[in-house]
Amino acid sequence: MAREVAHVSFVRVTQSLAWRELVRFFRQRNRVIGAIGTPLFMWLLFGFGLDRSFTVSMSSEPGTSFLEYYFPGSLVLILMFTAIYTTISVIEDRQAGFLQGVLVAPVSRSSMVAGKVLGGSLIALLQGILFLGATLFLDISWSWGQFGALIGVLFLASMMMTCVGFSFAWKMESTQGFHAIMNLVLMPMWLLSGAFFPVPISGTGQVSQELLHWGMKVNPLTHVVALVRNLLYEAPLSEKAFWEPLPGTSILVIVVATFLFFVWALQVCKRRTSGDLK
Amino acid sequence: MSELSAIQFQDLSFRYGERQALQRVSFDVQAGELFSLLGPNGSGKTTLFRLLSTLIPPQQGNLLVFGNDVRSAAEAVRHDLGVVFQAPGLDGKLTAQENLQVQSVLYGLSKTKADARIKEVSDQLGIADRLHDQVDELSGGLRRRVELTKSLLHRPRLLIMDEPTTGLDPSARSDVWNYIGQLQQSTGMTVFMTTHLLEEADRADRIAILNEGELVALDQPESLRSALGGDVITIAAREPETLSRLLQDELSLEPQLVDGVIRISGQLDASLVSDIHQKYSQHIQQISVGKPSLEDVFITRTGHRFWGSSYNGA
Repeated sequence: MAREVAHVSFVRVTQSLAWRELVRFFRQRNRVIGAIGTPLFMWLLFGFGLDRSFTVSMSSEPGTSFLEYYFPGSLVLILMFTAIYTTISVIEDRQAGFLQGVLVAPVSRSSMVAGKVLGGSLIALLQGILFLGATLFLDISWSWGQFGALIGVLFLASMMMTCVGFSFAWKMESTQGFHAIMNLVLMPMWLLSGAFFPVPISGTGQVSQELLHWGMKVNPLTHVVALVRNLLYEAPLSEKAFWEPLPGTSILVIVVATFLFFVWALQVCKRRTSGDLK
Repeated sequence: MSELSAIQFQDLSFRYGERQALQRVSFDVQAGELFSLLGPNGSGKTTLFRLLSTLIPPQQGNLLVFGNDVRSAAEAVRHDLGVVFQAPGLDGKLTAQENLQVQSVLYGLSKTKADARIKEVSDQLGIADRLHDQVDELSGGLRRRVELTKSLLHRPRLLIMDEPTTGLDPSARSDVWNYIGQLQQSTGMTVFMTTHLLEEADRADRIAILNEGELVALDQPESLRSALGGDVITIAAREPETLSRLLQDELSLEPQLVDGVIRISGQLDASLVSDIHQKYSQHIQQISVGKPSLEDVFITRTGHRFWGSSYNGA
């Protein structure tokens, strides 16, 4: 007897799983607040606290006070927190049994990853946009073009970080382990992104500055922060002391990094984990 | 065989590192059967279930579902399967309806078809009025029914369940059983389930018993019991070894000593119990006689009790 086999659509599966992530996230209100609260407080405290001891430029143009300097970094921190922590649901799903249900359904692993990543990225993006509301208190003049470009950059950055989070979360058996790894990987990555202090120039002769320069230059997050700063403020940092990537380079780096991290996530999820075998 | 086999386990072995979980297991499940896989914890039944669900691929041997190999034709197998895992596979933050909608997309049902199926199956299982409740707020029994609904949306030919009544109270448990029975009768679907509850296995058309990764029995529950024949006398004694020897030497019986309890089975004389009781009353703490149960089948086949000390919570 020939059976009519339903066609499972990649797009619908991705959409449906992404939608589930969104619903799930926004029904857990403490998560929404947790992901945006910490970076917001950090921004305000550090912003006001370090304002007088921080100079990136002799001028007093917008974008040069610490509160303003630190804003793009805080925005990226929110994206990062939200994006990474949405992927914790991979671990929870595995423990709760939801994931197993998806794994034995006739869907491709890639549609599952795409759903997870899309959902996580959208959540992060929405949190980022919420935080952008703070720009009303900063001296920033917007154009719609700028805003659109900013959303694009933030979305790509969210995707990049969701992929990273997913790849780590897939192998983890407990959420505690995930927290530990994420602190080990993410905090340094964020601190070395120009979020908190600018990238020093190369060739000053100081080894520490040289290491810092290269460490920050190869960090994809540096390019996210630089692009966001570029879109928010017109005033460049002092060229004599600090390095800034060209916008074109940054876009390329972010696109390539997002793609590579997505491929990584796809590879990782083909592997079975000990969690499946217990 | 004219009948199509729903499942064929062929010489299936599986090991986790050093530990051999399944040892060359072979048996078939016929289409339309209600089949129970019985075994204590750690017997390998969950491993067998994972292989069947396509969660993990076989290491050795073959596993076919309606003739499709789980390795080479996993997608076809997945379309045929409805799977209920032991862990609750629902998203607690979503409503029952939302869970069912996601599931229907995963199995390629169109929106209209999904809506119709969700209504139909949830009516059947009596959860239609709870569809808009968040799953976290539902009782364990209701959650199981939502889960059952979820696994039935795409009309699977084979429903597989891993200890589906674990954690349910007796009335919810018997509910689940009634639904499964009804469904199986109305749709002709094959049902394969694992269980560690002897009375649950008794409801199946046929049962297989796994012990330490090996198949030790396969038949209808009734046949397994009647193969033992006669009655079973169970004696708890202060010094079981001594009494066992006495029974052997003086009454030429064949007592079996299982975890400190003496068992005598077979065609027994009606007066035997009172004879034993009179003769050895100073040894005996308790003596009882009964028809063989599935537990007796298990003991006969394995030499230890179903809930033996080495299996507690393993």
